[in-house]
Amino acid sequence: MERTEAEMIAAVLKGDTASFEPLVEKYSPRIFATARRYARHESEVEDIVQQVWLKAFEKLSSFRGEAPFEHWLMRVAVRTCYDSLRAHQRNREKTFSELTEPEEDWLDRFVSQPDAADENAQAARLLVERVLGQLSPPARLIITLQEIEDRSVKEIAQLTGWSVPLVKVRAFRARAEMRKVLSKIGKEKYL
Amino acid sequence: MNLAQLERKLIAAARANPPSARVPYAFEKRILAHLAARPMLDRWELWGRALWRAAAPCIAITVLLGAWSFFAPQHNTPTTDLSQQLEQTLLAAVDQDQPSDSVE
Repeated sequence: MERTEAEMIAAVLKGDTASFEPLVEKYSPRIFATARRYARHESEVEDIVQQVWLKAFEKLSSFRGEAPFEHWLMRVAVRTCYDSLRAHQRNREKTFSELTEPEEDWLDRFVSQPDAADENAQAARLLVERVLGQLSPPARLIITLQEIEDRSVKEIAQLTGWSVPLVKVRAFRARAEMRKVLSKIGKEKYL
Repeated sequence: MNLAQLERKLIAAARANPPSARVPYAFEKRILAHLAARPMLDRWELWGRALWRAAAPCIAITVLLGAWSFFAPQHNTPTTDLSQQLEQTLLAAVDQDQPSDSVE
């Protein structure tokens, strides 16, 4: 008979570490996808996910079972990703001086015919990663959660542990920061 | 360049290309190995480590204070002996009770 998540968690808390394995197996794809949204390189992703699981194991006693385990785990994951962004804050890119040829082509196409620039293009994906890479950690987190993952302010507040007014303020600042980064592209490339 | 439109395009690009959820082979085994290799949290060991860390500054402070009291110049040397001061204090009440030399 298959054990429920609550039973597995109870077993882990009693000292049966092996019961943690099915949880890691089940939720790792979701955690990897989340970590890839914030990591700069693939090499960072594994470190972040490993940290998430080690933290989850250490803090498992704080999981009260009122909400699904996945929600609690995602909070741990998002906060770990944010910590990682802050830890690497100094290494983030500062200029767009090295746009690749496909990225430049995509931008040229966008400037000449905005509707013709395909958002499914690889260049667009790389360009958005560059833009996100230039944002400050809170701005990147907010833009990712609110604009890309389409989460509500309340959900973001729960995931990040910030208050609702703080999320709103940071969302406002994040959008302004993103516009500033985009205008920098325009200036560096077309002026 | 229309920045608002560019922002919308890039956000749409990010939405259209969700990150991969690929997990490296036997990742869960690696996590379990990490958990098994972790040193157990021993409170007595932590307490002992904290005490050893505190010992060095305590010894340094003791040595400094000792050196200061030993080498510091003594400005206020007592004019009278400590034993005399003690005797005067103890016998102060007796001295007051004795009749004065004045002639009534």
